[in-house]
Amino acid sequence: MIVLDRITIRQGAFRMQDICMEVPRGEYAVLMGTTGSGKTTLLEVICGLRRPDSGRVILDGRDMTEATPAGRDVGYVPQDGALFKTMTVFEQIAFALVVRRDDPAAIEARVLELAELLGIGHLLDRAPAGLSGGERQRVALGRALSFCPGILLLDEPLSALDDEPRAQIVALLKQVGARTGVTTLHVTHSKADAEQLGTMRLGIAKGRVLPKET
Amino acid sequence: MGQTIKKELMGTGEMTERTWRPPGTGSDRAFVVVLSIILATYASFILLLIVADVAYASRGTGDGAAWPFAEAFLSAFRSPEIRSAMILTMISCTITAILSVFVAVPAGYLLARYRFRGDRFVDALLDIPIVLPPLVVGLSLLILFQFLPARLREAIVYERPAVVIAQFAVACAFAVRIMRATFDQTDRRCADVARTLGCSRRQAFMLVELPEAWPGVLTAVTIAWARALGEFGPLLIFAGATRNKTEVLSTTVFLELSIGDLSAAVTVSLIMVAAAVAVVITARTWGSRTFKL
Repeated sequence: MIVLDRITIRQGAFRMQDICMEVPRGEYAVLMGTTGSGKTTLLEVICGLRRPDSGRVILDGRDMTEATPAGRDVGYVPQDGALFKTMTVFEQIAFALVVRRDDPAAIEARVLELAELLGIGHLLDRAPAGLSGGERQRVALGRALSFCPGILLLDEPLSALDDEPRAQIVALLKQVGARTGVTTLHVTHSKADAEQLGTMRLGIAKGRVLPKET
Repeated sequence: MGQTIKKELMGTGEMTERTWRPPGTGSDRAFVVVLSIILATYASFILLLIVADVAYASRGTGDGAAWPFAEAFLSAFRSPEIRSAMILTMISCTITAILSVFVAVPAGYLLARYRFRGDRFVDALLDIPIVLPPLVVGLSLLILFQFLPARLREAIVYERPAVVIAQFAVACAFAVRIMRATFDQTDRRCADVARTLGCSRRQAFMLVELPEAWPGVLTAVTIAWARALGEFGPLLIFAGATRNKTEVLSTTVFLELSIGDLSAAVTVSLIMVAAAVAVVITARTWGSRTFKL
């Protein structure tokens, strides 16, 4: 469950005041807003990369406002993936588990399991440089899901994709939601994303988050 | 070049005749030619500088040597002073390059990633060794070290440690510039993601950002090394030019010139040219992979 309680963020001329939002456990929430409405900023607040000026961030019942990003149990897929350029696909997906000093055999098993779910088993030895947009999103998704987080944050995961890979990733996101039960917050400017994926739709405008009429 | 064409005036059905020239043609070639001439002139000027040195060193001294060029080099290597200068140069440049990168990586990272009070002042301050006249750098070092306790001062000033300090003062500023540019160009979001995946800031830096910045680190090492090789003004003032003690190759050129041995000066210069070219090629090969200087 994601709860934002009266979050206020000021940065230069940009301002978001008293944002309140709640995504119940296991929901796939799509948050719609125009460019510059603060969608990415809100994701950064939830995963701990940005400290709000005031307000609380409550994740799965625990107040995480002061927690480091590492301690929040949140998988984050930034726009266009931000893959690690010096690592192979296998190393990217294994990264969070290697940092946690998991058993190498368990790490390999988890990477192979995710690679199968995401359809990237044939890419494990590749560097990110030559991957297509759809492949990059799959790898970024695998990396974010590797440590079985309770919450998944997606920043415009479909915006850079052509029709065919887009349809594949939509199907994949639905499958991931169903298989893992992860609470997902997907931000986008696209109405189509919300209609295809959201079990819950929210809109952000003028520094406020409101339920969106369907 | 003009071509006479008939054209209907818009909508009137009336035909007009005028000289037609496709837009832009003709001037394009001249533009590129002028640029090429300027580039070629400067490139050949640099090439001529080196060729002239080689030609001068190959002229021979009239003693009938079969390979005057090789002979000149051999005699330079045979001189104990030049040999000692060469060894000190290699060691001091290497120490300077390593020290510079050791400082430049954290400094460049901090300046690229964090905004803090006075960051622009610090940024400008780090450029001072680059823009300051070299003699002023040397003099300032000499003055600063006057404030040290006498025993420490005597161990450094006009001794070998002064060589490294004088080289470091300038070379490090260049290394910081390169590391700053490198970290400006690496995607900070990768480190952000690494932190959500369980890394502390230090781990995100060591495991993700530093490996991505590695080509920049190698470029910084080579550029710092090359700057140290060329250091002369501050060295002369702060470390002196004592043969077999604080003499490096740049000082050798100066000393040989001052005693009128032009061909020895040219030979030593060519050794430095070779070292510099090797460094530039290495820096280019590593640096061009991820970012442009």
